[in-house]
Amino acid sequence: MNKITKYVLYDIVRNRFVMGYTLLLLAISMSFFSFESDPNKGLLSLLNIILMVVPLVSIIFSTIHFYNSYEFIELMSAQPLSRKAIFLSEYLGVAASLSLAFLVGVGIPTLVFGGDQSSLILIISGLLLTLSFVSLAFLASVITRDKAKGIGLALVLWFYFSLVYDGLVLGILFSFNDYPLEKAMLVLTALNPTDLARIMVLMKMDISALMGFTGAVFQDFFSTNYGLLVALFVLLLWVVVPVSIATRIFQKKDL
Amino acid sequence: MIRAEAISKSFGKLNVLRNVSVRLDAGRVVAVIGPNGSGKTTFIKTLLGMVVPDSGTVLFDNQPIEKQHAYRSQIGYMPQIGHYPANLKIRQLFEMMVDVRKNAATQLDEDLVEAFHLKGLFEKPLGTLSGGTKQKVSAALAFLFNPSVLILDEPTAGLDPLSSEILKEKIQKEHQNGKLILITSHVMSDLDELATDVLYLQDGSVQFYKTITELKLETGENKLGRVIAQLMSKVPQMS
Repeated sequence: MNKITKYVLYDIVRNRFVMGYTLLLLAISMSFFSFESDPNKGLLSLLNIILMVVPLVSIIFSTIHFYNSYEFIELMSAQPLSRKAIFLSEYLGVAASLSLAFLVGVGIPTLVFGGDQSSLILIISGLLLTLSFVSLAFLASVITRDKAKGIGLALVLWFYFSLVYDGLVLGILFSFNDYPLEKAMLVLTALNPTDLARIMVLMKMDISALMGFTGAVFQDFFSTNYGLLVALFVLLLWVVVPVSIATRIFQKKDL
Repeated sequence: MIRAEAISKSFGKLNVLRNVSVRLDAGRVVAVIGPNGSGKTTFIKTLLGMVVPDSGTVLFDNQPIEKQHAYRSQIGYMPQIGHYPANLKIRQLFEMMVDVRKNAATQLDEDLVEAFHLKGLFEKPLGTLSGGTKQKVSAALAFLFNPSVLILDEPTAGLDPLSSEILKEKIQKEHQNGKLILITSHVMSDLDELATDVLYLQDGSVQFYKTITELKLETGENKLGRVIAQLMSKVPQMS
């Protein structure tokens, strides 16, 4: 399986778009850390950018790449390889290259300038966010054969998780503010990978006081190692589940 | 060698293959022809397991191919359009294929790599190649592992006359070696030189499947192009 992954990786690493993405991330991280004297503030600003940019680039690039590789995937499926191996190799290739871009663009500067526990959490959650949006992109790509529809679906997913979802949650909070919603909020957070990543980093930064009572509940839950592990696990589910469903669909799909 | 038994396939309301049953034997060169949209490519993709038929089975060496992939080590496939990862070099593509397909028993057949002078282009990224050169790469890859079945989808489309001759000679050579070769093409003169049988598809069903000698005797023509033209005018147009 890793036979194909290696070459998919070779191909993408030399892709101009991915190079540009790496440089963009690098520029963003460097500027935040050099403008802010307090590395924690830099980290916070960086977090906000990452939560928008990383999912967007991951999901759009992966979807476009999948459709552009369609003939190549067809050719591979005429070789003595199982569909599953082909699909997962493609996934691993794309995921590895975007993770690499993230590690170079955000990981290295963050470790150099920040270096405490919260920067580590930022890197881990950023990586998992990359993986889960690549995973969602692969799901969007196998659902429809039409490239425009696929990219549209990917964009809708990004809009939903990055913008719409928070609005919905706020709406729920306002409509039901007579009820104790803290537990429900925990569950709602788990249903969105971007929120999970955000909460994981914020909780490590001791700024939950700014978040009111719900923040206190979150603090109680997520700042413990147990809570962090649960959050990590749920984020991992966001990586594994979409790509497994996508693999199932791909195995039965007509190419 | 390959047997299709009553395969049918529809995409939505469109019946692309209707109850197709054919037997493809080693040592034959079968020309799959038919008008555009007659189901040629879908038929070929069914044999390769890329398209799963709604009903019917495909047998390779008497084994059903459903959910199998090992049998494809005996097939060389040349797609109609070769789109390869743009930043990969030709050399890396070949290395990958060798990684994927080679086992101790296979002897690499580099005839076409040499005849097309691909070694000189080995360090070029695939994205910079012209359509014809990509076609040469696809052809060389299809023959590389000395497979016992060759499936060529429009092999000479886009090749210059010289390369087209080289490829045809290679096809003839492999025919002499007793391989089963499937060719789809719209160039009748090419098929006249190469094919032993004609499988004619229209609207997804087999109109006829006969040897070229038989067809020429039946129609009294001596060029395949004329034979097909004569038969096509008799076949009722369904669409």
